Amino acid sequence: MNMIEVENLTKRFGSFTAVDHVSFQVKKGEIFGFLGPNGAGKTTTIRMLCTLLRPTEGTAAVAGFDILKQPDKVREHIGLVAEKLILYEQLTAAENLTLFGRLNNLPEKEIKQGIEKWLNRLHMEQWRNNQTGTFSTGMKQRINIARALLHHPDVLVLDEPTLGLDPQTTRAIHEFILELSQEEITILLTTHDMNEAESLSNEIAIIDQAKIVAVDTPKNLKRVVSNGDTAVIDIEVANLNETMLFSLKKMENVASAVETEPYNLRIHMKGDNAASAIVGAIAAEGGQIRAINTVEPNLEDVFLHFTGREMRDKSTGKVAPSQRSLWRRRSSRVR
Amino acid sequence: MFQRIKKAIIHSYRLGVKDLIVFARDRLRLITFVIMPIFLMIMTGYVFPNQNALKNAPLGVVNLDQGTLGAQIISAVDRPASGQNATLLKLTYLGSETEAEKEIKDQMINGAIVIPADFSAKIETGQQATVTSITDQSNPQISLLMSEALNRLMSAISTQMATEKVQTLVPGVADPSAVVDPFVVQTVGIIPGNPNYFEFMAPGIMAMVIMMAAMIGLAGSVSRERELGTLDGILSAPISRLSIIVGKSFAQGVRGLLQAALTLILAILLFGVVVHGNFGLLILLLILTVFSFIGIGIMISAIASEQETAMTIMMTVMFPMMFLSGAFFPIQQMPTALQWISKIIPLTYSVEALRKCIVLGTGISGMLTEVWVMLAFGVVFMAIAIPVFGRVTTR
Ligand SMILES: Nc1ncnc2c1ncn2[C@@H]1O[C@H](COP(=O)(O)OP(=O)(O)OP(=O)(O)O)[C@@H](O)[C@H]1O
Ligand SMILES: [Mg+2]
Repeated sequence: MNMIEVENLTKRFGSFTAVDHVSFQVKKGEIFGFLGPNGAGKTTTIRMLCTLLRPTEGTAAVAGFDILKQPDKVREHIGLVAEKLILYEQLTAAENLTLFGRLNNLPEKEIKQGIEKWLNRLHMEQWRNNQTGTFSTGMKQRINIARALLHHPDVLVLDEPTLGLDPQTTRAIHEFILELSQEEITILLTTHDMNEAESLSNEIAIIDQAKIVAVDTPKNLKRVVSNGDTAVIDIEVANLNETMLFSLKKMENVASAVETEPYNLRIHMKGDNAASAIVGAIAAEGGQIRAINTVEPNLEDVFLHFTGREMRDKSTGKVAPSQRSLWRRRSSRVR
Repeated sequence: MFQRIKKAIIHSYRLGVKDLIVFARDRLRLITFVIMPIFLMIMTGYVFPNQNALKNAPLGVVNLDQGTLGAQIISAVDRPASGQNATLLKLTYLGSETEAEKEIKDQMINGAIVIPADFSAKIETGQQATVTSITDQSNPQISLLMSEALNRLMSAISTQMATEKVQTLVPGVADPSAVVDPFVVQTVGIIPGNPNYFEFMAPGIMAMVIMMAAMIGLAGSVSRERELGTLDGILSAPISRLSIIVGKSFAQGVRGLLQAALTLILAILLFGVVVHGNFGLLILLLILTVFSFIGIGIMISAIASEQETAMTIMMTVMFPMMFLSGAFFPIQQMPTALQWISKIIPLTYSVEALRKCIVLGTGISGMLTEVWVMLAFGVVFMAIAIPVFGRVTTR
């Protein structure tokens, strides 16, 4: 059974299209990763699924309920961990949870038990009566997750849940997410962290510039980049220059060529005898090849394969925003 | 249906209580909550000067009189007869009119009187003499008060001189003062005691703190939650949009009422204000004031997506309201066009009704117009604002 069904979901803000005919399905108990750079449209998609935004076109169903026709039913069955914490800093952990439990029409007894259960599982039980404003970011996020789970939703939506957390907390939350999916909770997770997407997701949708460019299991996605006639190699060229790179990019056998580190090229190649053709071309330009390695492709390569661009910014190692939305973000972030 | 309404009411209540708890635990906002009415009272009560407030106002005196009457007058000004405020003026003796003008320009004195050289001579020969009073128009409030005080003093002195003269001219007259002033005006207020400016101000400030809570408080609270992201949590819970706005209005209404009550208590304890009307009616009027503003507050919070925008809109709406409502200045004192504008401001009616209740002790039958107008404002604005809010929160 599909817990999430999205069909041609589209959102325009004026003339700007933030989400463009996005379609995908998520089966019950699966973890579905939504991977894309800043401004790709992940949050906008999620906000539509949570009935916080009205789609311009298309529709979706969550737990079998249409987001347009039965928004209240959708709200009952979905739990949201948004980019910003949904917690009142002046309230204690227990007060926050109680409030949201009541807003979700849970009986008082169930709220008490729920608080007990989730705080225990998230190792926050001794903090229940402290104001959340005094918590560290990681502690706040745990309470925030407990809040989203309290009304036992079928679908848990996590928008970049580990952003800004230390590696230890991140690992703990990853483990927790995996546990939840064992318990038949369907999880939709957005991230721009490839490792997070890869280690958690049963299926990944790569979204770039408002469109889904690929949906599949991580394994299959990587297979697209390296199977039979396609492969990824790293070539170190001692005297690499612009002309060399330029002529390589034009080659039939080269799907993409990017200088990932100084003097190191990552090439997605395709076709018969691609490797020898590429080596030949570099030699013809007078290039001195120091090393050639075949690379086990990762999701970075998958992204590169589908978009022709790197997801990470080379110079900073940070995630590069979609180019078109770079200038928009500053002004229109807050709705 | 009934179930749904009951749920909506419970949700509103929960959200309202949540807002109040959050508010009560925010020390900074709590401090402003208490300080603001005190500040407003003190500001408005003391900034607008009244007779009693005038103390030791520096007055220049130029006595050019060659006779002795000039000196008599000055000593009478310096040490007014009993009943007059003894420390009203502080005299500075100057040599000439030009010197007095220079001192005024230098702001060393607030005004001056000049007694001319022929003052005594004229009076003694039965002619009318003149005393010139130079005022500082750059400070109209002070100069008005000063010339009023001076006139009162002068006319008292002049009456006394006239009375003495009548006595010498017509010996045996029963009451010489009756000849000089055939009648006097006696002012009798319709409320007992001695009302002060605070009594005029307190109702205005109460209405204003409620207006601020209902407008700034409400819009601020919605946009704060929008920016923090917690609004998404509420909006993605299975509750009606109406509950959200009712809950917020409830919280801000309670806050405004508490602040108004605080204002009243301060006014009674610190500033000697007396409530002449019925307390029940007073509370009813305060609740009605909340009601008349909530719609506008909701509208602004729906339109303004960011806290800053909300504040800007608020300021442009609120300042004219404050000054045109008669909260600080009598409406009768305004130009006709502004008097018209004041008629379309809900605050005007609230201030008017509260003033009637507190100062005059009027019953509800004497303020039906105000009550109906406030109700109408509330209903109309809410009818417009609530659907707008619903639409804006799910774009
Ligand atoms: N209310 C809005 N009005 C106008 N533009 C908007 C609005 N909300 C989002 N956008 C734009 O839509 C695009 C997609 O935004 P979205 O927040 O969905 O990206 P994202 O994939 O979640 O990015 P990030 O990784 O930064 O969270 C961005 O360019 C953003 O500026
Ligand atoms: Mg996002």
